This record gives sequence, C-alpha cells and structure tokens, in this order.
Amino acid sequence: MSMVTPLGHGSPRDSFLPRCAEVSVRVERNDPVNEEYRLMVLRAPDAVLNCSPGQFFQLLCPVAGGDTPFLRRPMSIYGYDRAAGLLQFLYKVTGAGTRGLATLREGDMLNVLGPLGQGFSMPNEWRRLMLVARGVGLATLAPLAKEAQRLGRSLTAICSARSPELAMSVELFRDCGAEVIVVTDTDGSSAPEALRILIEDRIARDGVDAFYTCGSSRLLRLLQDIGARHGIPGEIAMEQQMACGLGMCQACVRSFREGDTIRHRRVCREGPVFPIAEALA
Amino acid sequence: MTDLSTRIGELRLANPIMPASGTFTEDLADVFDLSILGAHVLKTFTAEPRTGNPTPRVCDLASGMMNSIGIPSKGLDHFLTRALPFWARYDVPLVVSISANSSDEFARLAEAVTVPGIAVIEANISCPNVEADGRAFAVHADSTERVVRGLRSATDLPLWVKLSPNTGEPVEVARAAESAGADALVVANTVLGLAIDVSTRKPRLGNVMGGVSGPAIKPIALRMAYQAARSTSIPVIGCGGIATLEDMLEYLIAGCAAVQVGTATFQSPTTMQRLLAELEAWMMANGIRSIAEIIGTLQEAGDGVLSVDVM
Repeated sequence: MSMVTPLGHGSPRDSFLPRCAEVSVRVERNDPVNEEYRLMVLRAPDAVLNCSPGQFFQLLCPVAGGDTPFLRRPMSIYGYDRAAGLLQFLYKVTGAGTRGLATLREGDMLNVLGPLGQGFSMPNEWRRLMLVARGVGLATLAPLAKEAQRLGRSLTAICSARSPELAMSVELFRDCGAEVIVVTDTDGSSAPEALRILIEDRIARDGVDAFYTCGSSRLLRLLQDIGARHGIPGEIAMEQQMACGLGMCQACVRSFREGDTIRHRRVCREGPVFPIAEALA
Repeated sequence: MTDLSTRIGELRLANPIMPASGTFTEDLADVFDLSILGAHVLKTFTAEPRTGNPTPRVCDLASGMMNSIGIPSKGLDHFLTRALPFWARYDVPLVVSISANSSDEFARLAEAVTVPGIAVIEANISCPNVEADGRAFAVHADSTERVVRGLRSATDLPLWVKLSPNTGEPVEVARAAESAGADALVVANTVLGLAIDVSTRKPRLGNVMGGVSGPAIKPIALRMAYQAARSTSIPVIGCGGIATLEDMLEYLIAGCAAVQVGTATFQSPTTMQRLLAELEAWMMANGIRSIAEIIGTLQEAGDGVLSVDVM
C-alpha cells in the first residue's frame, strides 16, 4: 500500500488550535491498580473533555511530604468520557510530581491544563491496526483502542511488561475487541528478536496496515525497521521534559528526520504523536 | 474610574502587565485573549538561525526552574516574513527582543528590525559577547555602554535594555545603559545556576549551567530593579519571579513603571490575565485611581539619618 500522510503533520505551526483550558477539577478516585501503577479519575468540565487519543494534560502536582514540584507534569490521557464528565490518568510514582499526585484523595482538587498536543490519526485506509507498547506506554494507547473500536477497525495489542501481572490495560484492550498478546521479560518473549518474529508472523498471516507505539526507543527502532521493510506506516507518542506544554518555552524539542535533514520539533505542540518513520530514537 | 495605563518614555501602555521574553509566543492565544496585555514581548531572536542547546533544557527547582534553552532562532528572515505578520492583528505595542554576538551584529540587527509594526526593541544583552571572551555584555558597565551606544545609533525606535543579575556592578551597568541612550531598562534576567542529579552525578541541564527563574529569584531581581530605578532617570520594567498581585505591587512600589511575567506563565498560563483582574480590583478596593500613585512609593525606614544615629 502507499504511504499515508497522517492527519495534522503538514504545517505544524499553523495547522491546529488545541482549545485547551486551565481548570481545577475534583478527584473522584486515586487508587493503586497494582504494585506500580495508580488510576486517578477526575470530575472534569466539558471545556477540557474535547480530547483525542494520544493527547496529554499538564498537571499542577501538589506540594506534599517535602516534595516541591514547581513545573507542571505532562501526562497522557488514559481515558475521557464527555457524557459522564470524567477524565482518567494512569501513572507510576517515579518522582516529586507523581509522589504528590499519589497523596490526592477523593474530594481533593487538582489544577489541570489541557487537552494539549496532537493525538493519533486513524485514516480510513488503516483498517488492520497493531499497537506495540510497554509499561505505562500502554496507558497512552488505551484511548486509541476505544477509538479503533468506535471506527470498526481490527486491533492487535502487543502488551510488553517485566512480568505478566504488570501488563497494563490488558482488560481494557480486550473489552475494546482487540486481540491481546502479552509478552514479558520473565519468559523472554519481550526481547526485540522474539517480537520481530511475532510481528512478522502477523503481517504474513493477517496483514497490518499501521503500527502505533509509545515511548520506548527499542520498540521504535524495531517498528521503524519492520515498517520500512513492509511499507507499513505508523505513529509514535513521544516523551520529553517540558516546562509550559503549550509550545512557548522550546524545552521539549526532539530531533526528526525530514527528507535529508534533521529538524527539531516540539513534543508538546507538533507532537506528542509523530510519524514512526520520522522519529529519531 | 481606575486608570491602569502606564508610561514607558514616549510609549503609553494600556496596563503595566506584559510577558517576559522567552515565555510568550502566539501559542498562548489558545488560552486567553492576548489583546488584554500592556505589551507583547516576543522571544529573543538572532539574525542567523540557531538550534539552541542540548536537552534536557529545563529542570524543576523547589521554588522555580532553571533553563538552558539556548535561544533557538529561526533567524531574521523568518521573523520578518512569518512571525511578524501574526502580531499585526493586535492593537498592542509589539516589543521585539534581539540578541547578537558582538556590538556590530547587534546594531545591524536593530537596524533590520526598525520596521513598521514594531513599537520597541528590547536588547537582550545578557547573552555571551564573543568580543569579551564569552562574558555577557551586561556584566560590565563598559561593554554595556559600547553595545547600547551601537544600538542607539542604529535605530530610532524606543530601546529597552534588558539587564542581567549576574553582575557585581548593577548600578554602574544601569547608568551605562542610560548614558548610552537606553529609553528604559528591563530588570532583570535569569540568575546563573547549577543543579546536579546526585544519583547519576550529571548536571540536570544538557548545557551544564542554566538560568534560574521564578519565585526563587524574586528578592534578587526586585533589589536590582530598585537599585536601577533610584540610580537612573529612565523607566524601569521589573522582571523576576512575579506570580502574584503582591509580587507585582512590590516591583511597582520599588520604582518600576511596568512588570514582565515569565516563569509563572509556564506554571499557570492564565497568570497575566488573573494579575490584571486582581490589580484592577485591588486599586478599586484601595481607592487608587492610577498606576502612578503606586510607582516608586517605597517608604524607606526614616531617611537614612536614623540609621546613622543608631550607629
């Protein structure tokens, strides 16, 4: 098939308005879902719920327990429901910001800014989708699975984790009608060469129109290689340290391939979703 | 009727609140109506394109942040043909911030941006001067005098000179900028700092050192703005750690005619909008009709005689 130009990657500066808002929202729940991850559910106004899969929010994490996070922390959306007025984040406690988030209880307020950035695209030609992600990257792809179901696309979700019990979003992907394959470090099935065989086998058996992934440089390189070989496009949601999240500070740049040149793009504004072929690991 | 307007030399601003350079682009128009601001101060650009510094470019501090963005710039041509037209839609004075590696380059760039649509040139002289072994122009009075004199002869536009807190001679530098022809001083810029990740023993910024901003530096920048205001006769625009109404009032009372808000916008993009509403409400509640009634009204303890008596 021919390469599809994903929506929204044409002229980054002029192509979109994020329609974001800064609002204080009520925490409905904020509980551990396993030994590493927590799920936070927020009661959010409609002004911030016009989200698309792959977008993110900037969370003003509370100062708590000796931690004094100053800048907002970017976090990809785990779920959004306009009808119910709910916004969800799935996170791992890793530093001052997420330690502060973990102290929030039902009824507490949290200041959020969003939705921000450009989400995943799903052009009509992309019928047979494959997502490959690991750890918390699977949370970023959760809304994508719902969108695939809504648009009637078939989805194979390859969920990588250290051990089976840490494979995130597996039930959610199954509920969205996806075929779920869990690969782990424990049994070696998450190693790049094992994954390559698994993915190549799916391409040969069922065909794959597009890949989606998130974060990991190792998975990016693998999908770039397989994608180039088979002419399969795809998108990746990328991370970078941010200050403003709106495009003003120029902190969150990464390098991208544009023809023969390498250019900086802002992860918060031109991204966080980029074509897999253009991203540099 | 509450009059929020303020004068910076010949220029009258609708209110004293404007963004600090480097923290403001058209992207903020997604959050609030930028026409409410006293002025629009754009990100510093250079004549030639620059890519900026390696990442990480920012890090979090207890009461602020540190950055080493490195002035990525798309250059003069991009600015004139692509960036400038966007701002024409606003009836708000446009302040362009420029930087260069030498006095001559600075003057040439000032001349090139002396075009319709630009109300003010803000010279970011806190950047390294290649003629002075990489020291910033604004660190010494003589290098400040030289670069500002060159700028003054290159443009008829109002010239604001942005000073650096990384100097041991702030009063001399402020006076040098004034005598060389600056129309106003912007005081101050970020404070040079360092942060280390002790687990990796690596600096927390790709460029090793960076500029500290936010509430952490407010007393330093406020002190320097006060020194500049009382030692020169040109307007001073306060900049450094302003996040609240009280911060802004402190700068005005210390002698500033206006303020720039930077890092606070990163934390809360609606900060300037909120400060404007809070300033107006505070003036009304306190029966203050004009900004001039606040500027330079610091009540210093005694008049200096008392402290002599005590000693």
